[in-house]
Amino acid sequence: MLSRVLTVAAQEIRIGIRNRWILLATVILAVFSLALALLGSAPAGTLGVDRLTITVASLASLSVYLVPLIALLLAFDAVCGEVERGTLLMTFSCPISRSEFLIGKALGHTLVLTFALVIGYGLTAGLLVVTGGGSMTGLIDFSRLIATSILLGICFLAIGYVLSSLTRQSGTAAAAAIAAWLLLVVLYDLALLGALVANPSGVFASDVFPYAVLLNPADAFRLFNLAALGASDLVGGMAGVSETLPFSPALALVSLLAFAAGLLSLSALLIRRMTP
Amino acid sequence: MTNSTLAVRAVSKNFSSHKAVDQVSFNLEPGERVALLGHNGAGKTTLFKMILGFLKRDDGDISVLSAAPGSNNARKATAYLPESVAFPAALTGEEILKFYARLKGQKPKEALPLLEKVGLTDAARRRVGTYSKGMRQRLGLAQALIGQPRLVLLDEPTTGLDPISRQNVYELIGELAQKGATVLLSSHALTELEARTDRILIMSRGKLVADDALSELRAQAGLPIRLKVWTKPDAVQEVADQLGGGRMNGRSVEFDCDFEEKVKALSAISALGNLVEDVDVHAPSLDDVYRHFSNAAQKEA
Repeated sequence: MLSRVLTVAAQEIRIGIRNRWILLATVILAVFSLALALLGSAPAGTLGVDRLTITVASLASLSVYLVPLIALLLAFDAVCGEVERGTLLMTFSCPISRSEFLIGKALGHTLVLTFALVIGYGLTAGLLVVTGGGSMTGLIDFSRLIATSILLGICFLAIGYVLSSLTRQSGTAAAAAIAAWLLLVVLYDLALLGALVANPSGVFASDVFPYAVLLNPADAFRLFNLAALGASDLVGGMAGVSETLPFSPALALVSLLAFAAGLLSLSALLIRRMTP
Repeated sequence: MTNSTLAVRAVSKNFSSHKAVDQVSFNLEPGERVALLGHNGAGKTTLFKMILGFLKRDDGDISVLSAAPGSNNARKATAYLPESVAFPAALTGEEILKFYARLKGQKPKEALPLLEKVGLTDAARRRVGTYSKGMRQRLGLAQALIGQPRLVLLDEPTTGLDPISRQNVYELIGELAQKGATVLLSSHALTELEARTDRILIMSRGKLVADDALSELRAQAGLPIRLKVWTKPDAVQEVADQLGGGRMNGRSVEFDCDFEEKVKALSAISALGNLVEDVDVHAPSLDDVYRHFSNAAQKEA
């Protein structure tokens, strides 16, 4: 079982390297995070907060946009693209189970994403540490950001697999992936904001809103990271989040884990039922 | 159940609009080379997908080496080449072959000599994106040869291949069969199947309308042999009269005769002496036989 999973994963990584996918994702993450770190670190002196920690706060918001996008682009083609090319017929006629195939794909894509995050964000962290702007707590914040970004990536990889198993053409899957990104990353937040602005002191704001944030992996990711930063009231857009929440911020991490597990199981179920 | 490599019993498959496969039954034995013929949409690929366990049958029973189609034991013993495959363009032929060898639980290094067998040694380390259609098809065939498959399903393996590569494919199929594997291949290129298959199955509109050796099918079809007699100039009419009619075109006379009368007709022609310049004998080709069975089935429907 393990050797077949690793075979599929290794193939995905190899394709990622040859297509320059890994390189592209790494460069994008490095460029954006460096820009945020260098341009956005001006206020650090006056706030007296670790520059790394400030950067982590900005990168958490960056990750919310970029990581889901990269994950969806890696995953949308995984099933329907292989159906179109006929390679899935060939692969499934070999003694490999559908779940092994999916786990292999997910493992390969996760490693591609991990590489891009560690190198891309790592460059920024390294630069800050070298220039004397980082401390031990800052590094811990940074590691937490990368680890949860990977988890967020797995959620969106799984969304990509679900969409890919539901459609027969990769063109349709690509459109669905973009729609999913827009909906979960952009429109969901806008809708919540709109509702908050419309009635800032009602039942929605106090009882519904905090849980609505938990129901979207992208928001749960942002909530957990900002709440976990000791200095969140100084740097976060969501000032003082952790005190006003009716639950522990760790619940946001649980939500992320639950989304990743649930969506992966759903895609495994769908791929088992499909006809290649 | 039996010793057959593949047993298909009264299998049917309905799609919403039509019957794709209708009460098809046949058995394939070890070492047989069998061709599955049929027009586009006759149900060949649907049948393949049911044998591989990708599609559920609505009725009937299939067993692959006494195992259920799609089960692990069945898949371990089966190799399959789909009709059209586009391998990841960024990978090399060698990498793709190793990938499938690993999936099939074989040692990747032991699969590499297969590239030489299909004539891809020089291109092994080149990206598949640079391959011609024929080369991709041959890579797919190499994939189907990995390990020791007992049942090999090839969906139109010679489409897009040049004549020499085609010959190569049939040689490989012959080798497989000699080692005891059963080869079931579908094809449109009928004439090239003659003398290269032991048995022919013909499907038409989901039904199996013929299942026998080619020579037997020929006899069953009772198709006439066509004789074309080239004559001396101005002797066309005379030759036609002597041979009892036939169509005249310019300097030749054409007529049909049954298999039993072939020798008689030829001696009548040779009796005409130097009025005749040449004789062509057209035995019904596989194309003709196929058309006969396919048309007969369509008339019934």
